[in-house]
Amino acid sequence: MSDIDERAVRAEVRAWLEQHWDPQRDLVSWRELLADSGWGVPHWPRAWFGRDLPVALCGAIEAEFEAVGAVGVARIGIRMLAAATLLEHGTEQHKSRFLRRILTGEDTWCQLFSEPGSGSDLAGATTRADFDGTQWTVNGQKLWTTSAHHAEWGLLLARTDWDAPKHQGLSYFVIDMTQPGVTVQPVKQMNGYASFNQVFLTDAHVPPENLVGAVGEGWQVAMTTLAHERRNADALRRWGEASTRAGRIYDEERAEIANVMAPYTWYPQRTGRVDLALARAHDTGRLADPALRQELARLLMLSRSSEWLAQRARTAREAGRPEGPEGSLGKLAASHVARQAAAVHTAISGADAMLAGADGPLDGLIAEILLSVPATSIAGGTDEIQLNIIAERVLGLPREPRLDGGPFRDVPRNPER
Amino acid sequence: MYYSFTPEQTQFRDVIRRFLAAQSPTVTVRQTMASSRGWEPALWQRLNDDLGLAGIHVPEALGGGGFGDQELGIACEELGRALTCAPYLSSAVLATQALRNGATPAEQESLLPRIVTGATTATLAWMEGPHWSGCEDIALCARSDGDAWRLEGRKSYVLDGVTAERVVVAAREAGRDDDAGIGLYLVDGEASGLHRRALASIDETRRLAELDFDGVTAQRLGHPGSGAAALARTLDDAAVALAHELVGAAQALLEASVEYARLRMQFGRPIGSFQAIKHQCANLLLELELAKAAVYYAAAARETGDADSAALASQAKVQASEAALASAREAIQIHGGIGFTWDQDTHLWFKRVSCAAVLLGDAAWHRERFLALTEVAA
Repeated sequence: MSDIDERAVRAEVRAWLEQHWDPQRDLVSWRELLADSGWGVPHWPRAWFGRDLPVALCGAIEAEFEAVGAVGVARIGIRMLAAATLLEHGTEQHKSRFLRRILTGEDTWCQLFSEPGSGSDLAGATTRADFDGTQWTVNGQKLWTTSAHHAEWGLLLARTDWDAPKHQGLSYFVIDMTQPGVTVQPVKQMNGYASFNQVFLTDAHVPPENLVGAVGEGWQVAMTTLAHERRNADALRRWGEASTRAGRIYDEERAEIANVMAPYTWYPQRTGRVDLALARAHDTGRLADPALRQELARLLMLSRSSEWLAQRARTAREAGRPEGPEGSLGKLAASHVARQAAAVHTAISGADAMLAGADGPLDGLIAEILLSVPATSIAGGTDEIQLNIIAERVLGLPREPRLDGGPFRDVPRNPER
Repeated sequence: MYYSFTPEQTQFRDVIRRFLAAQSPTVTVRQTMASSRGWEPALWQRLNDDLGLAGIHVPEALGGGGFGDQELGIACEELGRALTCAPYLSSAVLATQALRNGATPAEQESLLPRIVTGATTATLAWMEGPHWSGCEDIALCARSDGDAWRLEGRKSYVLDGVTAERVVVAAREAGRDDDAGIGLYLVDGEASGLHRRALASIDETRRLAELDFDGVTAQRLGHPGSGAAALARTLDDAAVALAHELVGAAQALLEASVEYARLRMQFGRPIGSFQAIKHQCANLLLELELAKAAVYYAAAARETGDADSAALASQAKVQASEAALASAREAIQIHGGIGFTWDQDTHLWFKRVSCAAVLLGDAAWHRERFLALTEVAA
């Protein structure tokens, strides 16, 4: 992409913003205007709220938005994964029905993939969808469903053929979360928060037009969703930060972000909070302890080299070179950083590491770190799965022999609950 | 530059790798390590005539290639990967950097060109006892004797110390007990009163020596009082270079392990299909990639004169040593009984890595130094 193209695009978006941006507008009407202009998601197709521009230019366009403080389309939560999946696999009807309300933030989405019986082995889902000639009836249970308690729509992976091999018997649906057959309950975690839900599907209904992709091709569609989940992880963190500007539209955006982010106030703590370690070691007078100094040095080195490894991956991607193994290693590195940070915080705290809440160090923050870190090596694919991926796809080591071939109904699985 | 290599740098790496694959396979390494001098002059000359390796990082005005720390790092990494027997770390890194950091421009002009072409080999002698905490450990005494100086004392763990034609010696001026009394002195390898004894090293691919100085005539280098800083900088340069060598070795070890795990059949399947093995390999790759990120960052930081570069050198040395030690340990484990035999090549890298891990400061020492430097900066 040449500089001229970028300059021209920047000039065009600047002119458009000058004419239309007004912080006194209400959030939804501004986003409707933005969606229809194509500047909200410029890398999307022109036919669907985009401008067919290369992803590489999005940063420059976002910078123009930031320069005038213009609010973007709704992006946090599962909605962008839903949009990406529908853009790739959805029908014209899906796109015209769902995409605009995703961008305006009017509809919230959730992802009904994991189940109590299928975590790492996502394709082993046993939630069933049966077609009676007029509609699909869904029965089963989903778990770890972010945002399900306020979602209008769900992306559902369900088994539609029990005689097909595991990966070929799944289908992908859009399900109405507000119907009576859908019950959402929060799941309380070991750190006391309830950030996720379990969703009970009892004779829930899906109309035939809400099938995404063909019957039996749900796994391929789900792969699209998951690929975007990994790709968006970086950007989502950034979009989760609300603007501090004054004005009606900012108030509305802040309320939206606060609502979505409320269950996740502990998320920074699951990284281990390396940022607190050195200063706390100093403030508590523990910095002279040679054993602690070794562990602290380990932590700071690991944390810095993880950042550089991620930066190497980004640099390669931006230069259009193959990413190398850096990207797939980042998640594993994060687990090591978090665990080492928890160990260091414990060592700094001494017996205070036993204490929580107002009695605990930093008003309970250290306790929250110690009780949140175990999530890092599980959420978004366990360390063991990451190691398999690296060993097989990066190092080219052979796969383990599988015991889950043949018709799914014959595959050994967890007992029904 | 902190996060990627240029196409030219990648090409440079490919050229060295191809050259060493052809000229320094392990069969050659085994022959050379059994020889008395420990490195082959013919190969050393080709490394310099064909590839210009000894002076790659030295300015063109002094006969070098005019490139920087990153290119030096690439050369070290490839030499470590191939386990090439050559006086590279001693002459091209330690001695050359000591001269560049500590000698006057006139001294550099007279000394460096021959070292840069490989015509002369040199080394640096700084250690005396088995532990190094800094210049306070230097007791070897320099006494003024007219225009020259005379050195009295002992140095040990001197890389290629028996074969080096010039030795740069870190010594303490008689009667001085502060760092300002530390100077760098140049001695001829054949000087009278210099007794050189080869030390038996577990790493036969790189030679160590003990040097006794019995009134040896020496030339003082650089300006008075500048020796301690020049030495410190040189040891950091060398730590980063050695860290590159270690990630090269770790890479070779991991590749050999993965290759073996793909082929070796037990219980009716390749052992690499067992998670016990594949997870071990994946963990090694993670440790190696983190080490590379640190090592490459440290090299770029030296080139730009980053204020953090001393802490970065320590970090690079720690992470590279730990990654290489893990790769060496697990490479033998994955190869099983065969990995413990002399005929299998793994032990050659195991021994190199075991020595390189303690050379220029072990991981615990560098962690402490890293934290002390980071603490001050924070």
